[in-house]
Formats: sequence, C-alpha cells, structure tokens
Amino acid sequence: MKFKVNNEEVYASTGGRPFDKNKPLIIFVHGSGLTHMTWVLQTRYFAFHGYSVLALDMPGHGLSGGKSLKSIEDMADWIKAVIDAVDYKEASLVGHSQGCLVTIECTSRYPDKIKTLSLMGGAGAIPMNPELLSLAENNDPKAVDLMMDWAHGPAGHFGGHPVPGLYHINTGGMLAKSRTIKDTLGVDFRACDNYKNGFEAAKKIKIPTLSILATDDKMCPVKEGKKLADLIEGSKVDIIDNCGHMMLLEEADRVLKVLKKFITTNYPSKFK
Amino acid sequence: MSDKKKTTNPNTYKFDTLSLHAGYQPHKNAGSRQVPIYQTTSYLFDDVDHAAALFNLERGGHIYSRISNPTVGVLEERVASLEGGTAALATSSGMSAIFLTVMTLCEAGDHLVVSSQLYGGTVNLFRLTLPKFGIKCTFVKPRDTEGFKKAIQKNTKGIFGELVGNPGNEIMNMPEIAKIAHDAGIPLMVDATYQTPYLCKPFEHGADIVIHSLTKWMAGHGSSMAGILVEGGKFDWMQNDKFPTMTKPYEGYHGLSFAEEFGPTAFTMKARAEGMRDFGPCLSPQNAWNVLQGIETLSVRMKKHCSNAEEMVKYLLDHKSVAWVSHPSVPDHPDHELAKKLLPNGRGSMIAFGIKGGKDAGVAFINNVKLASHLANVGDTRTLVIHPASGTHSQMDEATLKFAGLSHDMIRLSVGIEDINDIKNDFEIGFRAAIKPRLVSNQ
Repeated sequence: MKFKVNNEEVYASTGGRPFDKNKPLIIFVHGSGLTHMTWVLQTRYFAFHGYSVLALDMPGHGLSGGKSLKSIEDMADWIKAVIDAVDYKEASLVGHSQGCLVTIECTSRYPDKIKTLSLMGGAGAIPMNPELLSLAENNDPKAVDLMMDWAHGPAGHFGGHPVPGLYHINTGGMLAKSRTIKDTLGVDFRACDNYKNGFEAAKKIKIPTLSILATDDKMCPVKEGKKLADLIEGSKVDIIDNCGHMMLLEEADRVLKVLKKFITTNYPSKFK
Repeated sequence: MSDKKKTTNPNTYKFDTLSLHAGYQPHKNAGSRQVPIYQTTSYLFDDVDHAAALFNLERGGHIYSRISNPTVGVLEERVASLEGGTAALATSSGMSAIFLTVMTLCEAGDHLVVSSQLYGGTVNLFRLTLPKFGIKCTFVKPRDTEGFKKAIQKNTKGIFGELVGNPGNEIMNMPEIAKIAHDAGIPLMVDATYQTPYLCKPFEHGADIVIHSLTKWMAGHGSSMAGILVEGGKFDWMQNDKFPTMTKPYEGYHGLSFAEEFGPTAFTMKARAEGMRDFGPCLSPQNAWNVLQGIETLSVRMKKHCSNAEEMVKYLLDHKSVAWVSHPSVPDHPDHELAKKLLPNGRGSMIAFGIKGGKDAGVAFINNVKLASHLANVGDTRTLVIHPASGTHSQMDEATLKFAGLSHDMIRLSVGIEDINDIKNDFEIGFRAAIKPRLVSNQ
C-alpha cells in the first residue's frame, strides 16, 4: 500500500492481505540498500494470521519516494512517523541488520509506541569496511557483489532457497541494484558507520526483545549480537546454525518459527 | 616494492563450481552427496496451518510436484545461478517453457514481435497456435534490427527471438534489440538453447527472460526432455500499464500483486503459481536429475563442442562438395563481429552448410553417414545431422521456408565431441555417396 509520511510517498507491503487498522501492527525494517521484498517469507504469515503488516521501503528505496535518510536517528524518527501516519498508537518492530540499528534507536526514543522488538543479524554498532563503503558511495556495483558475498553463509552460497526456483544471491543483488547504488547502499552504509548510540539506546529498552543471530554471520557476528542483547533487559537470543547474515532468506522457515513464537506470545492478536 | 593497493573481490562461486553445486545443500538432504531424486507427487503437511501457509505463498516449500519438486528445484536454482538470473522455472520441454513464458506475459488481444529464424515448432507456435488464444505475432528477420522497432504496436507485450537463429545461424543484435524493447517498455525474451550460459549470458546483454531447451547442450546426453525459463530480475513490470496481470491484484491468490510482492522474481512466481497450476507442463524429477548430470560437465563439453565445430568449419570450407558454410566463426559470416562480442567463449557447435547437388545430394549424404546420427535433435554429445527442409522445418510451406532463410541444399550439423578425425572420415563417406548419383546421371 502507499501512504504519505513527511509529504513523501511511502510504499509498504501488507503481506498480501488488506491493511486492517483493527489488527495489531507489525512493522518490518529492511537492511542497507534493500527493500520490503527481503521480508516476503515472514510478512505473509503474520498478515494471514491476525496482524496488520507493513514491510516498508525506506525513503529513496524500492517503491518509496523521497531521498534516503542520512542517519540512523532520522530513520528512527521516520519509523515513528510511519506509525502516526497509519494512525496507530503502537506497533511491534522487526529489523534486519541496519534495520536493527533503526529499530533499537526508535524503541529507545519512543518507548511507549513500541510493544516488542525483534532483531535479526543485529549489533550495537555496524562499522563499515572502508573499501566496501567507498565502493558503495562511488556507485560501484562491486559493492553489491561484495555485500552479497559477505552476507551469505557458506551454505547460502550454494543456494537452496526455500521458495523453489529462486536463487537468493542473485535476487538479493538485484534488489540492492534496483535503485542507484550510491543513493541507497552508499547513504545507508555511511549512516551505519556513523551511528554510535546503539549500546546506549539498548540500555534504555524495557520491552520484550528477541535477537536472532546466525553462526556464520560475518557482517554482524554472534558475539556482537550477544553483546547487544546483554544490554537489553530480559532479552532473548536465538542462534541459527549453518546460516549467514541473510538469515531471513537463507533459513526463512527457522527464522519464522522463532519469530512466530516470540510475537504471538508477547504481542498476541485476537484476530485469526 | 609494489605500491598497488590491495583490493577485495567477491568470493562467490564461479561458473564451473556452480555447475556442480548450485541449488543444493547436502546437509539438508541426509548428507546425500548426489542430489536425491524425489520421486513423489506430493508432500506431507505438518498441520493445517502449514498447509494453508504453503497455499497462501506465506512460506516456501512443496505441495504437489506439478507446481514444484525438490529435485527439479535444484535444477532451477542451478540454471538461474549459471545464467546470473534471480529465478527459474523448469518445464517438461523447451517448447512448454516458451508457451508458459508467453502465457505468463500475454492475454488475448496482445501482440508479440518475433524473430523469423526459429526452430520450426516455435514458428508454428507463434504463427498458428498462439493466434487461437488471441495472441498475434509479427515476424521480423533477425538481422533487421530496425524492423523490430517498426513492428512494435500499442498492444505489443514483448520481443522474442533465438539469439542464434535455427538453422541459418543468423544472430540477433541482442543489445540493440533489448534497447528497442526497453524504450517501448516491454521485455526481451531470448531462447539461448544453442549457447548455454557457458557461451553467452543474455542478461548481461539486456535480455529479460532467457529460455532453454535443456534437452540439448545443457543436458548433452540426449536422454531427457526438459525446458526452463529464467528471469533476469531487472525488468520493471510497474513502469507502465502494459502488464496488469503482473501488477494488479490477482484473484487467484487473494489479490496478490506479483510485481509488488516478488519484484525481481515476480515473473517466475507468476509462471509457477498460475502457469504450472493451470497448464501443468511440469518436469519429472528423474529428467531433472538426468539434466543435472549433464550440467555438471557443461563447460568441459562446450569447449570440446566449440573446438570440434571450428575444425569442422575449416574442413567444410575446403571441401569440394560444399557450396557454402554458415557459422559465426567464418570471417565472412555477416555476424562474425557481433558473435565475437556476444559469444566470447566460442561460437557454438551448430553449422549449416549447403551441399553441391541440392536436395538429392543432401539426401544421399544423410543416408550414408554412419557415425553422425540422422535425427531431429541438436546439442547431443554425439554428432547429429538433418536436412531441415524435409525434417525439422517440413511443416512449413515454401514461402515460410524462404522467409526463415532455409534452402533445399541446407544440411544442419550439430557437432559432437567425438574424435574430430572420426567425424571428418564419416563425412567423407557421406560426400562420396552424394557425388555418386550425380556422376551416374552425368554419364
């Protein structure tokens, strides 16, 4: 669906079901340079099981208008503006990679708005490899190729997509190349590199929080994810083995199973 | 001391490795090193919720082998990876892959611009069968790049062609024709059966959908029928209002918009969800497995195919019984330079040549070769020959034959990977037999 935030058009997938304001809202926030499509194997389940879902295209990404936001703090404020724009008082947030930084910051800033927080491949800080950052800012497609390489675990490099016939390294690469690389990936990487408030923001979070980490994640390794989780009171950690940073595609079913249990327990819907 | 700055390169697997491994993870299949053949029609649901999730496309998985099958899925991913595509859908034959592609793209009232130099069965599909579904086509000669542009109408939904036409070896200027298609907001669909991704990756030259008859070089062994459509993932279905079945809510899946939901894999998702469900040209797991065995050695075989083909071109060019030779490696072939650009790893192993003495000599040649097999296939590891005017293209009338660039003296040769001297020796027998009747009649 499309709606406006700060006078710019926003696109969000509703998971294949009509957006219903009576149902509890889950917002999915994608990683650097990507789009709502990375969430297709999580969003549709919740949309068909009693929730309203918004898998967002961040400004300047995917089908959304506007320009990419330059800081994680601005993105956090924008997520709050999304909740207001769709006329909800509260929502659950799910983030992947950069989306974790955004959702941590948003939750710390607007604690009354956020009911649960689910972090996938998250860390308190995501300092960027200087070469990767430079390639992305210079609009070099090699940045996407490197990201897809590092973002997939050894098993994921062979493929084995849960949806028959899809090859996820090429699919992810195509998503990241769908808009101008320097304007999406370049801006996002710089925002991640500049963001220093993750650990402080985490200390302020008092809502149910889940961290899903993967043993073969090179971009946000397990030890970094655990360091973040340790700062969040009562935070749960689930570690998926034989899987890389793109866990939401590489091990979509296992991720969904953990996410389902966490959200339906901590943020139940009365709708079916 | 070097002052070169160290750069990092992606370590994603390369072509030869992907040919052996892509799409398959042994640890998810009881550790089986070889891809298992899932010889089953259907798959157990964990519970009602799981069943509903699969039917609603909430999660990946298999329901019924007409729609998808784990063995076939490995083949699909493997070919997608080799082509540099986002997704693929395997079918029971190359023809069904073309049909499914067209039916996913078009509705009654739509129009396609199609290269005139195609396999005879494909010509008949576009010329005679698709009009029965209300889909009309305009044929354009493959070298007439401007002609493709002129043929585009308001209701045109795509351009289709074989990269190297069957059997005349005329090459479409794929980058130019892709630009024409994209300027008109429509996709370019390329049948790259003759090339395989080892010789050419059409997505790198602007194609949007690539189709293969996997029966041919991809499998190589000539044991199994199979086809596939592969999606490049770049084409923006939402850029105009030409593709409502991709962009508007689809009644068949709870109002799903394939383009919005699946983006770079939308076409394949629709082809599977709708096309496989409603038409059902599914590939058997056994045949998928057979094709996978062939793909494991694709690059090794293609190198030999191409080197043997170049040897045969030299041999035929020098032969007194040969009137003409068409192969992109021949310097005076009209597409020689274009072939260098599009087919850098080799110009393929399909040769068309004219035999002196016309149809009678052609028949004598084909009836007398012993090693080369006379049959209606190409891309086998064995050398194959046929006389198109009386075989593969025999259902075409005289005018259509001429428009497709076919002549009665033409012999189509698919060069195999046997010892090159054995192939040449066999051809000598054929040529001698072809001369004999003429000598007799001259006396």
